[in-house]
Amino acid sequence: MNTPMKQQPKHKTWNQIRPLFKNGMSLMVGGFGGVGNPPTLIRTILEEQIEDISVICNDAGFPDIGIGQLVSEKKVASLYTSHIGSNPNAGRQMTEGTLDVHFFPQGTLAEKIRAGGVGLGGVFVDVGVGNEFVEKDKQTVVINEKTYLVEPSLTADVSIVYAKKADSFGNLIYDTSARNTNPLVAMAGNITIAEVEEIVPLGELDPEEVVTSGVFVDHIVVSEGVDWSWAWEKK
Amino acid sequence: MGMGKEIRHKIAERAAQEIEAGMVVNLGIGIPTLVANYVRDLPVMFHAENGILGTGPSPEEGKENPNLCNAGGFPITASPGSSYFDSGVAFAIVRRGLLDMTIMGALEVSERGDLANWIVPGKRVPGMGGALELAQKAKKVVILMNHVGKDGKPKIVKQCSLPLTAEACVHLVITDMAVVAVEKDGLVLKEVFEPYSVEEVKENTGASFVRIDKLVKEGNRL
Repeated sequence: MNTPMKQQPKHKTWNQIRPLFKNGMSLMVGGFGGVGNPPTLIRTILEEQIEDISVICNDAGFPDIGIGQLVSEKKVASLYTSHIGSNPNAGRQMTEGTLDVHFFPQGTLAEKIRAGGVGLGGVFVDVGVGNEFVEKDKQTVVINEKTYLVEPSLTADVSIVYAKKADSFGNLIYDTSARNTNPLVAMAGNITIAEVEEIVPLGELDPEEVVTSGVFVDHIVVSEGVDWSWAWEKK
Repeated sequence: MGMGKEIRHKIAERAAQEIEAGMVVNLGIGIPTLVANYVRDLPVMFHAENGILGTGPSPEEGKENPNLCNAGGFPITASPGSSYFDSGVAFAIVRRGLLDMTIMGALEVSERGDLANWIVPGKRVPGMGGALELAQKAKKVVILMNHVGKDGKPKIVKQCSLPLTAEACVHLVITDMAVVAVEKDGLVLKEVFEPYSVEEVKENTGASFVRIDKLVKEGNRL
Protein backbone atom coordinates (compact mmCIF):
# COMPACT_ATOMS: atom_id res chain seq x y z
CA MET A 1 0.00 0.00 0.00
CA ASN A 2 1.31 3.37 -1.02
CA THR A 3 0.96 5.84 1.85
CA PRO A 4 3.03 8.85 0.85
CA MET A 5 1.84 11.19 3.60
CA LYS A 6 2.07 8.80 6.51
CA GLN A 7 4.23 11.15 8.54
CA GLN A 8 1.71 14.00 8.26
CA PRO A 9 4.59 16.46 7.92
CA LYS A 10 2.31 19.47 7.47
CA HIS A 11 0.50 19.06 10.77
CA LYS A 12 2.27 21.38 13.21
CA THR A 13 2.00 22.31 16.85
CA TRP A 14 1.38 25.95 17.75
CA ASN A 15 4.98 26.31 18.97
CA GLN A 16 6.33 24.96 15.67
CA ILE A 17 4.72 27.70 13.62
CA ARG A 18 5.64 30.65 15.89
CA PRO A 19 9.03 31.30 14.17
CA LEU A 20 7.26 31.77 10.81
CA PHE A 21 6.02 35.20 11.85
CA LYS A 22 8.51 38.07 11.58
CA ASN A 23 8.50 41.81 12.12
CA GLY A 24 7.80 43.70 8.90
CA MET A 25 6.28 40.67 7.16
CA SER A 26 3.49 40.92 4.61
CA LEU A 27 0.53 38.93 5.86
CA MET A 28 -2.51 37.95 3.84
CA VAL A 29 -5.52 37.02 5.92
CA GLY A 30 -8.64 35.12 4.82
CA GLY A 31 -12.02 36.24 6.11
CA PHE A 32 -14.82 38.74 5.68
CA GLY A 33 -16.12 40.84 8.57
CA GLY A 34 -14.27 38.60 11.01
CA VAL A 35 -16.02 35.48 9.70
CA GLY A 36 -13.34 33.13 8.44
CA ASN A 37 -10.44 35.02 10.02
CA PRO A 38 -8.25 32.34 11.65
CA PRO A 39 -8.63 33.17 15.35
CA THR A 40 -5.79 31.24 16.97
CA LEU A 41 -3.27 32.24 14.29
CA ILE A 42 -4.12 35.90 14.90
CA ARG A 43 -3.78 35.38 18.65
CA THR A 44 -0.41 33.70 18.10
CA ILE A 45 0.86 36.65 16.04
CA LEU A 46 -0.22 38.94 18.91
CA GLU A 47 1.50 36.71 21.47
CA GLU A 48 4.69 36.79 19.43
CA GLN A 49 4.47 40.61 19.49
CA ILE A 50 5.07 40.80 15.75
CA GLU A 51 5.06 44.41 14.57
CA ASP A 52 5.11 46.58 11.47
CA ILE A 53 2.96 44.12 9.53
CA SER A 54 1.74 44.83 6.02
CA VAL A 55 -1.72 43.25 5.99
CA ILE A 56 -3.83 42.28 2.99
CA CYS A 57 -7.39 41.48 4.05
CA ASN A 58 -10.91 42.14 2.78
CA ASP A 59 -11.67 44.44 5.72
CA ALA A 60 -10.35 45.58 9.11
CA GLY A 61 -12.73 43.36 11.11
CA PHE A 62 -14.19 44.78 14.29
CA PRO A 63 -12.07 46.26 17.14
CA ASP A 64 -12.00 42.98 19.12
CA ILE A 65 -12.80 40.55 16.32
CA GLY A 66 -10.43 38.78 13.95
CA ILE A 67 -7.93 40.86 12.02
CA GLY A 68 -9.30 43.90 13.86
CA GLN A 69 -7.35 42.78 16.93
CA LEU A 70 -4.03 43.22 15.10
CA VAL A 71 -5.11 46.69 13.98
CA SER A 72 -6.37 47.68 17.43
CA GLU A 73 -3.05 46.61 18.99
CA LYS A 74 -1.23 48.81 16.44
CA LYS A 75 0.67 45.91 14.94
CA VAL A 76 -0.31 46.84 11.37
CA ALA A 77 1.70 49.42 9.43
CA SER A 78 -0.11 49.20 6.11
CA LEU A 79 -3.41 47.70 5.08
CA TYR A 80 -4.63 46.65 1.63
CA THR A 81 -8.37 46.37 2.01
CA SER A 82 -11.83 47.30 0.75
CA HIS A 83 -13.55 48.43 3.96
CA ILE A 84 -12.59 49.57 7.45
CA GLY A 85 -15.97 50.97 8.50
CA SER A 86 -16.57 48.38 11.25
CA ASN A 87 -13.28 49.10 13.03
CA PRO A 88 -13.04 52.72 14.25
CA ASN A 89 -9.46 52.05 15.41
CA ALA A 90 -8.42 51.62 11.78
CA GLY A 91 -10.04 54.92 10.80
CA ARG A 92 -8.41 56.71 13.73
CA GLN A 93 -4.93 55.36 12.93
CA MET A 94 -5.41 56.26 9.26
CA THR A 95 -6.34 59.84 10.21
CA GLU A 96 -3.39 60.04 12.61
CA GLY A 97 -1.09 58.82 9.86
CA THR A 98 0.13 55.70 11.67
CA LEU A 99 -1.75 53.27 9.41
CA ASP A 100 -1.26 53.44 5.66
CA VAL A 101 -4.52 52.27 4.08
CA HIS A 102 -4.88 51.29 0.42
CA PHE A 103 -8.51 50.87 -0.61
CA PHE A 104 -9.69 48.71 -3.50
CA PRO A 105 -13.20 47.75 -4.62
CA GLN A 106 -13.99 44.46 -2.90
CA GLY A 107 -14.17 42.33 -6.03
CA THR A 108 -11.03 43.95 -7.42
CA LEU A 109 -9.12 43.14 -4.24
CA ALA A 110 -10.33 39.53 -4.43
CA GLU A 111 -9.09 39.30 -8.04
CA LYS A 112 -5.72 40.86 -7.18
CA ILE A 113 -5.28 38.16 -4.56
CA ARG A 114 -6.54 35.44 -6.89
CA ALA A 115 -4.15 36.68 -9.61
CA GLY A 116 -1.25 36.39 -7.18
CA GLY A 117 -2.41 32.94 -6.22
CA VAL A 118 -2.63 31.67 -9.79
CA GLY A 119 0.69 33.13 -10.87
CA LEU A 120 -0.48 36.09 -12.94
CA GLY A 121 1.06 39.56 -12.98
CA GLY A 122 -2.27 41.27 -12.55
CA VAL A 123 -5.79 41.71 -13.88
CA PHE A 124 -7.63 44.27 -16.01
CA VAL A 125 -10.75 45.64 -14.34
CA ASP A 126 -13.32 48.16 -15.58
CA VAL A 127 -14.87 48.73 -12.15
CA GLY A 128 -13.94 52.24 -11.07
CA VAL A 129 -12.89 53.50 -14.50
CA GLY A 130 -13.66 57.23 -14.41
CA ASN A 131 -13.68 57.25 -10.60
CA GLU A 132 -10.86 59.57 -9.52
CA PHE A 133 -10.26 57.79 -6.19
CA VAL A 134 -10.00 54.37 -7.76
CA GLU A 135 -8.09 55.47 -10.87
CA LYS A 136 -5.46 57.45 -8.99
CA ASP A 137 -1.92 56.37 -9.97
CA LYS A 138 -3.24 53.41 -11.98
CA GLN A 139 -2.21 52.43 -15.46
CA THR A 140 -4.99 51.90 -17.95
CA VAL A 141 -5.14 49.61 -20.94
CA VAL A 142 -7.59 49.51 -23.86
CA ILE A 143 -8.76 46.08 -24.93
CA ASN A 144 -11.37 45.71 -27.68
CA GLU A 145 -12.04 49.45 -27.45
CA LYS A 146 -12.85 49.28 -23.77
CA THR A 147 -10.75 50.89 -21.03
CA TYR A 148 -9.58 48.85 -18.07
CA LEU A 149 -7.49 49.64 -15.01
CA VAL A 150 -4.33 47.57 -14.60
CA GLU A 151 -4.45 45.97 -11.15
CA PRO A 152 -1.19 44.25 -10.20
CA SER A 153 -1.49 40.92 -8.42
CA LEU A 154 -0.81 40.50 -4.70
CA THR A 155 1.12 37.82 -2.87
CA ALA A 156 2.41 37.77 0.69
CA ASP A 157 5.25 36.38 2.79
CA VAL A 158 2.67 34.49 4.84
CA SER A 159 -0.99 33.67 4.16
CA ILE A 160 -3.23 32.59 7.03
CA VAL A 161 -6.59 30.95 6.39
CA TYR A 162 -9.39 29.28 8.32
CA ALA A 163 -11.04 26.07 7.16
CA LYS A 164 -13.36 23.46 8.59
CA LYS A 165 -11.37 20.39 7.70
CA ALA A 166 -7.99 19.53 6.33
CA ASP A 167 -6.61 16.14 5.47
CA SER A 168 -2.95 15.54 6.23
CA PHE A 169 -1.91 16.72 2.74
CA GLY A 170 -3.60 20.08 3.45
CA ASN A 171 -6.62 19.66 1.18
CA LEU A 172 -9.21 22.04 2.60
CA ILE A 173 -12.97 22.29 2.84
CA TYR A 174 -14.63 25.31 4.36
CA ASP A 175 -17.76 26.04 6.39
CA THR A 176 -20.56 27.93 4.60
CA SER A 177 -19.75 31.63 4.22
CA ALA A 178 -16.52 31.30 6.20
CA ARG A 179 -15.12 30.27 2.82
CA ASN A 180 -15.22 33.88 1.49
CA THR A 181 -11.67 35.01 0.62
CA ASN A 182 -9.93 32.00 2.20
CA PRO A 183 -9.44 29.87 -0.94
CA LEU A 184 -7.96 32.90 -2.75
CA VAL A 185 -5.68 33.83 0.14
CA ALA A 186 -4.57 30.21 0.54
CA MET A 187 -3.09 30.24 -2.98
CA ALA A 188 -1.33 33.62 -2.68
CA GLY A 189 1.01 33.05 0.26
CA ASN A 190 4.70 32.25 -0.15
CA ILE A 191 4.01 30.29 3.02
CA THR A 192 0.39 29.30 3.68
CA ILE A 193 -0.80 28.23 7.12
CA ALA A 194 -4.27 26.74 7.49
CA GLU A 195 -6.02 26.84 10.87
CA VAL A 196 -8.65 24.11 10.82
CA GLU A 197 -11.33 22.70 13.09
CA GLU A 198 -10.31 19.14 12.33
CA ILE A 199 -7.57 17.18 10.60
CA VAL A 200 -8.73 13.96 9.00
CA PRO A 201 -6.70 11.09 7.55
CA LEU A 202 -5.90 10.96 3.84
CA GLY A 203 -8.79 9.51 1.89
CA GLU A 204 -11.43 10.86 4.23
CA LEU A 205 -12.20 13.96 2.12
CA ASP A 206 -14.07 13.29 -1.11
CA PRO A 207 -11.78 14.65 -3.86
CA GLU A 208 -14.89 16.10 -5.56
CA GLU A 209 -15.53 18.25 -2.51
CA VAL A 210 -12.04 19.58 -1.87
CA VAL A 211 -12.08 23.37 -2.40
CA THR A 212 -8.38 24.15 -1.91
CA SER A 213 -5.83 21.61 -3.05
CA GLY A 214 -3.35 20.79 -0.34
CA VAL A 215 -0.51 21.65 -2.68
CA PHE A 216 -1.09 25.30 -1.73
CA VAL A 217 -0.94 24.60 2.01
CA ASP A 218 2.41 24.38 3.82
CA HIS A 219 1.38 24.05 7.45
CA ILE A 220 -1.77 22.93 9.26
CA VAL A 221 -2.67 23.80 12.85
CA VAL A 222 -5.76 22.86 14.83
CA SER A 223 -7.91 25.80 15.89
CA GLU A 224 -8.59 26.62 19.51
CA GLY A 225 -11.72 28.51 18.46
CA VAL A 226 -12.69 32.15 18.51
CA ASP A 227 -11.73 34.21 21.56
CA TRP A 228 -14.22 37.00 20.88
CA SER A 229 -18.00 37.58 20.96
CA TRP A 230 -19.66 38.35 17.64
CA ALA A 231 -21.30 41.75 17.17
CA TRP A 232 -24.73 40.07 16.88
CA GLU A 233 -24.39 38.03 20.09
CA LYS A 234 -26.38 39.21 23.09
CA LYS A 235 -23.85 40.39 25.66
CA MET B 1 -30.30 56.43 9.21
CA GLY B 2 -32.18 58.43 11.80
CA MET B 3 -35.71 57.51 10.89
CA GLY B 4 -38.45 55.72 12.80
CA LYS B 5 -38.55 51.95 12.81
CA GLU B 6 -41.98 51.96 11.24
CA ILE B 7 -40.90 54.13 8.31
CA ARG B 8 -37.84 51.95 7.71
CA HIS B 9 -40.05 48.89 7.43
CA LYS B 10 -42.53 50.68 5.19
CA ILE B 11 -39.78 51.73 2.80
CA ALA B 12 -38.52 48.15 2.78
CA GLU B 13 -42.03 46.87 2.12
CA ARG B 14 -42.44 49.27 -0.81
CA ALA B 15 -39.04 48.26 -2.20
CA ALA B 16 -40.05 44.59 -2.07
CA GLN B 17 -42.75 45.34 -4.66
CA GLU B 18 -39.97 46.00 -7.19
CA ILE B 19 -38.74 42.43 -6.90
CA GLU B 20 -40.11 39.92 -9.38
CA ALA B 21 -40.12 36.14 -9.42
CA GLY B 22 -36.86 34.63 -10.63
CA MET B 23 -34.71 37.66 -9.87
CA VAL B 24 -31.17 37.57 -8.45
CA VAL B 25 -31.01 40.41 -5.92
CA ASN B 26 -28.33 41.87 -3.67
CA LEU B 27 -29.50 43.65 -0.51
CA GLY B 28 -27.21 46.19 1.16
CA ILE B 29 -26.81 46.87 4.85
CA GLY B 30 -29.52 48.74 6.80
CA ILE B 31 -33.02 49.21 5.40
CA PRO B 32 -32.24 47.12 2.30
CA THR B 33 -31.65 44.08 4.55
CA LEU B 34 -35.26 44.41 5.75
CA VAL B 35 -36.58 44.02 2.21
CA ALA B 36 -36.16 40.23 2.40
CA ASN B 37 -38.88 40.12 5.08
CA TYR B 38 -41.45 41.45 2.60
CA VAL B 39 -40.69 39.28 -0.40
CA ARG B 40 -43.20 36.60 0.50
CA ASP B 41 -43.34 33.39 -1.46
CA LEU B 42 -41.56 34.66 -4.56
CA PRO B 43 -38.77 32.47 -5.89
CA VAL B 44 -35.91 34.97 -5.53
CA MET B 45 -32.20 34.29 -5.09
CA PHE B 46 -30.58 36.74 -2.71
CA HIS B 47 -26.88 37.29 -3.32
CA ALA B 48 -24.39 38.08 -0.55
CA GLU B 49 -21.01 39.36 -1.70
CA ASN B 50 -19.10 37.31 0.87
CA GLY B 51 -20.02 34.22 -1.14
CA ILE B 52 -23.61 33.00 -1.02
CA LEU B 53 -26.40 32.85 -3.54
CA GLY B 54 -29.73 32.01 -1.94
CA THR B 55 -29.60 33.50 1.54
CA GLY B 56 -32.61 32.74 3.69
CA PRO B 57 -34.24 34.33 6.74
CA SER B 58 -32.44 34.96 10.04
CA PRO B 59 -32.12 31.80 12.15
CA GLU B 60 -33.91 31.42 15.46
CA GLU B 61 -31.99 32.73 18.43
CA GLY B 62 -29.60 30.05 19.64
CA LYS B 63 -29.55 28.30 16.25
CA GLU B 64 -27.05 30.62 14.57
CA ASN B 65 -24.02 29.25 12.76
CA PRO B 66 -21.46 32.05 13.36
CA ASN B 67 -19.81 31.15 10.06
CA LEU B 68 -23.02 31.58 8.05
CA CYS B 69 -23.54 35.33 7.80
CA ASN B 70 -24.55 37.93 5.24
CA ALA B 71 -22.11 40.59 4.06
CA GLY B 72 -23.17 42.76 7.01
CA GLY B 73 -21.96 40.07 9.42
CA PHE B 74 -25.38 38.96 10.66
CA PRO B 75 -26.34 35.30 10.90
CA ILE B 76 -28.60 34.02 8.14
CA THR B 77 -29.77 30.70 6.81
CA ALA B 78 -29.34 29.15 3.38
CA SER B 79 -32.46 28.60 1.27
CA PRO B 80 -33.12 25.49 -0.83
CA GLY B 81 -31.09 25.81 -4.02
CA SER B 82 -28.46 28.04 -2.46
CA SER B 83 -24.75 27.76 -3.12
CA TYR B 84 -21.55 28.81 -1.39
CA PHE B 85 -18.51 30.08 -3.25
CA ASP B 86 -15.47 32.26 -2.64
CA SER B 87 -15.53 36.06 -2.80
CA GLY B 88 -13.97 35.99 -6.26
CA VAL B 89 -16.96 34.12 -7.63
CA ALA B 90 -19.31 36.34 -5.62
CA PHE B 91 -18.00 39.31 -7.61
CA ALA B 92 -17.87 37.35 -10.85
CA ILE B 93 -21.65 37.20 -10.52
CA VAL B 94 -21.72 40.99 -10.09
CA ARG B 95 -19.25 41.93 -12.84
CA ARG B 96 -20.81 39.53 -15.35
CA GLY B 97 -24.09 41.42 -14.97
CA LEU B 98 -26.01 38.54 -13.43
CA LEU B 99 -27.55 40.66 -10.67
CA ASP B 100 -31.03 41.73 -11.70
CA MET B 101 -31.22 44.24 -8.90
CA THR B 102 -29.18 45.76 -6.12
CA ILE B 103 -30.89 47.65 -3.31
CA MET B 104 -28.67 50.01 -1.31
CA GLY B 105 -28.56 53.24 0.67
CA ALA B 106 -27.20 56.58 -0.54
CA LEU B 107 -25.82 59.90 0.60
CA GLU B 108 -26.76 61.69 -2.65
CA VAL B 109 -28.40 60.82 -5.96
CA SER B 110 -28.26 63.22 -8.91
CA GLU B 111 -30.93 63.88 -11.51
CA ARG B 112 -29.02 61.76 -14.01
CA GLY B 113 -28.71 58.87 -11.60
CA ASP B 114 -25.18 59.47 -10.33
CA LEU B 115 -24.73 57.79 -6.96
CA ALA B 116 -22.62 58.95 -4.00
CA ASN B 117 -22.66 56.52 -1.11
CA TRP B 118 -19.16 55.62 -0.05
CA ILE B 119 -17.15 58.55 1.24
CA VAL B 120 -17.45 61.93 2.96
CA PRO B 121 -13.90 63.24 2.49
CA GLY B 122 -12.31 64.26 5.76
CA LYS B 123 -15.23 62.91 7.80
CA ARG B 124 -16.20 59.39 6.95
CA VAL B 125 -13.75 57.25 4.97
CA PRO B 126 -14.84 53.65 5.49
CA GLY B 127 -13.76 52.32 2.09
CA MET B 128 -15.99 51.33 -0.77
CA GLY B 129 -16.51 47.66 0.02
CA GLY B 130 -18.44 46.17 -2.89
CA ALA B 131 -20.50 49.31 -3.61
CA LEU B 132 -18.71 50.22 -6.85
CA GLU B 133 -19.19 46.81 -8.42
CA LEU B 134 -22.82 46.61 -7.35
CA ALA B 135 -23.70 50.12 -8.54
CA GLN B 136 -21.82 49.86 -11.80
CA LYS B 137 -22.86 46.35 -12.80
CA ALA B 138 -26.34 45.49 -11.48
CA LYS B 139 -29.10 45.66 -14.09
CA LYS B 140 -31.25 47.78 -11.80
CA VAL B 141 -30.08 49.96 -8.91
CA VAL B 142 -32.75 50.82 -6.33
CA ILE B 143 -31.86 53.33 -3.61
CA LEU B 144 -33.60 53.46 -0.24
CA MET B 145 -32.95 56.59 1.81
CA ASN B 146 -34.36 59.57 3.68
CA HIS B 147 -35.63 62.19 1.28
CA VAL B 148 -33.56 64.83 3.08
CA GLY B 149 -30.38 64.63 5.15
CA LYS B 150 -30.04 65.28 8.87
CA ASP B 151 -29.38 68.94 8.01
CA GLY B 152 -32.72 69.09 6.16
CA LYS B 153 -31.03 69.41 2.76
CA PRO B 154 -32.28 67.41 -0.22
CA LYS B 155 -30.40 64.20 -0.98
CA ILE B 156 -31.77 64.09 -4.52
CA VAL B 157 -29.75 66.83 -6.21
CA LYS B 158 -28.91 68.31 -9.58
CA GLN B 159 -25.28 67.33 -9.20
CA CYS B 160 -23.66 65.28 -6.42
CA SER B 161 -21.27 67.24 -4.21
CA LEU B 162 -19.70 64.06 -2.77
CA PRO B 163 -17.33 61.75 -4.67
CA LEU B 164 -19.29 59.36 -6.86
CA THR B 165 -19.63 55.65 -6.35
CA ALA B 166 -20.73 55.26 -9.97
CA GLU B 167 -22.14 57.52 -12.70
CA ALA B 168 -25.65 57.35 -14.10
CA CYS B 169 -26.44 54.03 -12.44
CA VAL B 170 -29.54 54.65 -10.29
CA HIS B 171 -32.94 53.64 -11.66
CA LEU B 172 -35.28 54.18 -8.75
CA VAL B 173 -35.22 56.02 -5.42
CA ILE B 174 -37.65 55.15 -2.63
CA THR B 175 -37.74 57.55 0.31
CA ASP B 176 -39.95 58.35 3.28
CA MET B 177 -41.72 60.93 1.06
CA ALA B 178 -41.84 59.59 -2.46
CA VAL B 179 -40.86 57.18 -5.20
CA VAL B 180 -38.70 58.84 -7.85
CA ALA B 181 -37.60 57.21 -11.09
CA VAL B 182 -34.50 58.28 -12.97
CA GLU B 183 -35.47 58.12 -16.63
CA LYS B 184 -33.56 59.06 -19.78
CA ASP B 185 -34.84 62.63 -19.80
CA GLY B 186 -34.68 63.19 -16.05
CA LEU B 187 -36.50 62.60 -12.77
CA VAL B 188 -40.07 61.36 -12.73
CA LEU B 189 -42.18 61.59 -9.59
CA LYS B 190 -43.98 58.26 -9.41
CA GLU B 191 -45.57 58.22 -5.95
CA VAL B 192 -46.05 60.56 -3.03
CA PHE B 193 -46.63 59.21 0.46
CA GLU B 194 -48.84 60.70 3.11
CA PRO B 195 -48.67 63.06 4.90
CA TYR B 196 -46.71 64.80 2.13
CA SER B 197 -48.00 66.75 -0.87
CA VAL B 198 -46.49 66.93 -4.36
CA GLU B 199 -45.52 70.49 -3.54
CA GLU B 200 -43.65 69.41 -0.39
CA VAL B 201 -41.80 66.71 -2.29
CA LYS B 202 -40.75 69.28 -4.91
CA GLU B 203 -39.57 71.67 -2.18
CA ASN B 204 -37.44 68.94 -0.63
CA THR B 205 -35.94 67.73 -3.89
CA GLY B 206 -32.83 69.51 -5.15
CA ALA B 207 -33.60 68.92 -8.83
CA SER B 208 -36.75 69.37 -10.89
CA PHE B 209 -39.05 66.65 -12.13
CA VAL B 210 -39.45 66.37 -15.88
CA ARG B 211 -42.77 64.61 -15.29
CA ILE B 212 -45.17 63.85 -12.55
CA ASP B 213 -46.72 60.47 -13.10
CA LYS B 214 -50.38 60.64 -14.06
CA LEU B 215 -51.21 58.23 -11.30
CA VAL B 216 -49.69 60.33 -8.51
CA LYS B 217 -52.28 61.08 -5.89
CA GLU B 218 -51.39 63.00 -2.82
CA GLY B 219 -51.93 61.00 0.30
CA ASN B 220 -50.88 57.57 -0.99
CA ARG B 221 -50.04 55.47 2.00
CA LEU B 222 -46.47 54.33 2.24
